[in-house]
Amino acid sequence: MDAPKADATLDARGMACPMPILKARQELGKLTPGQILKVVATDRGSIKDFQGWASTSKQLALVSQVTEQENGKDIYVHFLEKKA
Amino acid sequence: MSDPALEEKIAALEKKVADLESRVPEDRVTLVVFSGELDRVLAAFVIATGAAAMGQQVSMFFTFWGINSVRRRTLYSGKRLTEKMMAFMAPGSSRKLPVSQMNYFGIGAKMLRGMMKNNNVASLEDLMALGKELGIRMIACTMSRDVMGIRDAELFEGMDAGGVGAFLGDALRSRVTLFI
Repeated sequence: MDAPKADATLDARGMACPMPILKARQELGKLTPGQILKVVATDRGSIKDFQGWASTSKQLALVSQVTEQENGKDIYVHFLEKKA
Repeated sequence: MSDPALEEKIAALEKKVADLESRVPEDRVTLVVFSGELDRVLAAFVIATGAAAMGQQVSMFFTFWGINSVRRRTLYSGKRLTEKMMAFMAPGSSRKLPVSQMNYFGIGAKMLRGMMKNNNVASLEDLMALGKELGIRMIACTMSRDVMGIRDAELFEGMDAGGVGAFLGDALRSRVTLFI
């Protein structure tokens, strides 16, 4: 599957819980509904964290999540669509 | 066309729906912070800031030892002897909180802070500042403050005062309520 086109990117590499969610929230605030935020994280808990947020939220939808390799380490890329 | 019996039924249903609506929880999370240890208060602020980021209205009630985590200084003047002793023994700010296990006169707390920093974990003070930005409501329990003689000037600015009524007023409308 092609990666969705992102309107903004948040580099959350190196951030630990709860910072990826807090920073994503701040970035989403700058977007308009329908736009896509790409979040790049190294926290392996971030997969379930964004799933949990999206499953209860009217603010965003989870478009896709992919795990990629960077310098031999896993990085987790999340695409969030701002809803409201 | 009008059917009085049907209209009456609709009115009764509307009343029932309005009644039920007032009982549905809001997007709200309420926490009681009773503990005054770094690890426990940290857990409270991780959950509180996470919930606020996820669009929940968050209230944190600080009571008993939890009050020590929202202190900015210690004052002695105008206090009774027992209040002065309490002020002397209690941590005067969030930076002086002990850990709940393996504290060893504060060495454990210093070590934990160092280890958190090495792992890029936000400090308690960072999370508190973020919580303020995210609009978390912080309430200090008046009863425990009076017992320990803690003055307004010893607490963070912008804290509300309240008691069990204020807590339950928020907790009864919440999806999640925690006592830490």
